[in-house]
Amino acid sequence: MMDLVTILLPILDSTMRLATPLLFACLAGLFSERAGVFDIGLEGKMLAAAFFSAAIAYTSGNVWLGMLAGIAASIALSLIHGLASITFRGNQLISGVAINFLAAGMTVLVAQDWFKQGGRTPSLQGDARFGPIEFPGAAALADVPVVGPIYSELISGHSFLVYIALLAVPATWWILYRTRYGLRLRAVGENPAAVDTAGVSVIGLRYSAVLICGLLCGLAGAYLATGLQAGFVKDMSAGRGFIALAALIFAKWRPWHALGACLLFGFLQALSLRPDAVKILTRVDIPVQLLDALPYILTVVILAGFVGKAIGPRAGGEAYVKER
Amino acid sequence: MTAPAIELKGISKAFGPVQANKDISISVQPGTIHGIIGENGAGKSTLMSILYGFYKADAGEIYIKGEKTQIPDSLHAIKAGIGMVFQHFKLVENFTVLENIILGAEEGAMLNSSLGKARKQLKHLAEEYGLNVDPDALIENLSVGHQQRVEILKALYRQADILILDEPTGVLTPAEADQLFRILDRLRDEGKTIILITHKLREIMDITNTVSVMRRGEMTATVKTAETSPEELAELMVGRKVLLRVDKKPAEPTSTVLDVQSLRVIDDKGVERVKGIDLTVRAGEIVGIAGVAGNGQSELLEVLGGFADGTGTITVNGKQIPLTGHGADGQARRAAGIAHVPEDRQREGLIMEYSAWENTVFGYHHAPEYQSGMLMDNSGIQTEAQAKMDRFDVRPPDPRLAAKNFSGGNQQKIVLAREIERNPDLLLIGQPTRGVDIGAIEFIHQQIVNLRDQGKAILLVSVELDEIMSLSDRIAVMFDGHIMGERDPAQTDEKELGLMMAGITDTKGTEAQTNG
Repeated sequence: MMDLVTILLPILDSTMRLATPLLFACLAGLFSERAGVFDIGLEGKMLAAAFFSAAIAYTSGNVWLGMLAGIAASIALSLIHGLASITFRGNQLISGVAINFLAAGMTVLVAQDWFKQGGRTPSLQGDARFGPIEFPGAAALADVPVVGPIYSELISGHSFLVYIALLAVPATWWILYRTRYGLRLRAVGENPAAVDTAGVSVIGLRYSAVLICGLLCGLAGAYLATGLQAGFVKDMSAGRGFIALAALIFAKWRPWHALGACLLFGFLQALSLRPDAVKILTRVDIPVQLLDALPYILTVVILAGFVGKAIGPRAGGEAYVKER
Repeated sequence: MTAPAIELKGISKAFGPVQANKDISISVQPGTIHGIIGENGAGKSTLMSILYGFYKADAGEIYIKGEKTQIPDSLHAIKAGIGMVFQHFKLVENFTVLENIILGAEEGAMLNSSLGKARKQLKHLAEEYGLNVDPDALIENLSVGHQQRVEILKALYRQADILILDEPTGVLTPAEADQLFRILDRLRDEGKTIILITHKLREIMDITNTVSVMRRGEMTATVKTAETSPEELAELMVGRKVLLRVDKKPAEPTSTVLDVQSLRVIDDKGVERVKGIDLTVRAGEIVGIAGVAGNGQSELLEVLGGFADGTGTITVNGKQIPLTGHGADGQARRAAGIAHVPEDRQREGLIMEYSAWENTVFGYHHAPEYQSGMLMDNSGIQTEAQAKMDRFDVRPPDPRLAAKNFSGGNQQKIVLAREIERNPDLLLIGQPTRGVDIGAIEFIHQQIVNLRDQGKAILLVSVELDEIMSLSDRIAVMFDGHIMGERDPAQTDEKELGLMMAGITDTKGTEAQTNG
């Protein structure tokens, strides 16, 4: 029993940390897509936020300023997406792809110009990073069998943004299903004409959703560079935006299911960090490359529709054109 | 006399070069039902969209209850007491009735209290107007008639006292339409003002107090319903005398052309849409399939036309035709002597972006007479298209114009010209006059009758009961994938057919089995 706990705990601990950026991005996509705006630019927004949060955190020495800068960068890209797909009724996929390319190129270019370290930021230290938050009594309980390590390692000791991500799940659920705003948001993704004829602005609602999406992607990126890692490196989002999209589809656009899906992906990513533990648990020598590829394989499987049929918001992907 | 509920003065609206509304003035008295009738594109819907804040008029003034009112958007229309029931409902399908009703009219930021209040209010409205709907049902599980009630309830919940209904009966069974009219009657008795937009003369005659006629963007007349007749209204709509009845002599059917035995069709979703039907069509007769949309008629046509699979036996002129796999496509069907004018002419009958002359040969473009060596004989096809368009009175008679630039009626004439001129043994024709003007309807009906008189077999599917009754020599009614029975049009009436369309057979007097 003790053995199992000592083997599993670090994996689960990593799962929490690795699931956090996925969860932020997944909820970001949830708001946007529930409002009928498809967003495959989650990846790009996350990457831009990661760079700007790391850059500002490094130069100011303050992680909070860094986080705000990351959010601002992500929201700026969101607004570009909104302008292209809501105001000018452009193709939402193409706008998203453009944002991904823009972020991938721009971050490295600016990083090289500012820091001259080959497209990365210098390592963040001290107040320029999010440190762990120790819960009261974590140290005291650490020696209690089973419960102690679970409390002190798994529950306590994560950074601020991990807890925010977890709280964002019930918050999203509550906004979506218990508030007027949520009702309208869900309606505008299903049938914008119903919202429009009811005298509510479709464009206003969609912009608000896109802004929330930008905020959450900003948090995802800030966590990547200032919580999970200590600084920005080229392409550090590593497809997490797309994994988040897969998780969103897997979750069928529902907040609690999104949590489950992101934890699953986080768990798969955590496994690849601990090939030794996997070997002990399964008694099979699984190549680490296969473990690395697992989250991506699952993404492809989900996106190919092998996991049941997922029907998204019915008006998703289409600009609203007023007609009778 | 009280101020009119609505008064429009000199409303004009242009979309580019098209003048949709020209200097329209109209006055609607409170507590009346005012009909607006006109052909497609006459500008009825544009006018009402201006009233509901969807479009902004280029010129003109709107007075509501005597007060000059600006209506820049739907919110202002709602505040002015105007409610609109659109032809295509504006409901969120996977929301409950209650959620749809409060959407946009919530009382406060939290949902629970709004829903509670709306529930009480809804109960009250249901009792007052006889509008019963389960508040917790999902819209997608409701019948079309009930969905329409939700739309009416939405307007009443927002305290509308002026209701605009745009072609409300297009999607209803005759029985549902009767129910709707009873509800409208009751609303009028309670002092509501109702504007009914329709192209059906009978509805105008049945229920309105006053009727305005629109033609080509202009209001041509406003008359008291009691002082007019359908013939007069039709003439005002079209601008010339129109024959409302189809002129045809009795059918002289001969040998069986189409014989369908125990045909079943299962759609992509695995739902059985046609549940074992038997049907024959003889040469020289028109068999009409009546039914509310979605009861298997479309699937029947699709299988016969060769673009859906089915099981059962179908013979044409004594030869069995395959229902699945190789040989069950449109090409094979055409070779077997079947021509098909599909229900959705814009998606299945034409390629909208292509020119009229190309559209006059699609499906038959492999025919040797259209080839010139290795290439297509384009100039020959164009010459032939010109002749076809002249014979079928397609306007404008320009074969180089893209199909999308023709009106609905003229598009239908292009499809008809293509299919009829190939001299088929059997013509399948779905919704021949959907979205077609009265003047063109007359012509299209005449073409169908002419084809019958040449000894061809015709299978007609239409949701317009009037059309079925006036064209058919034999009527089969479909409900839930079954044929409820066949009737001789001379020995039945709309009431009996309407009941059959709702799944009730007269002979049994009980509801037919619907297999859940």
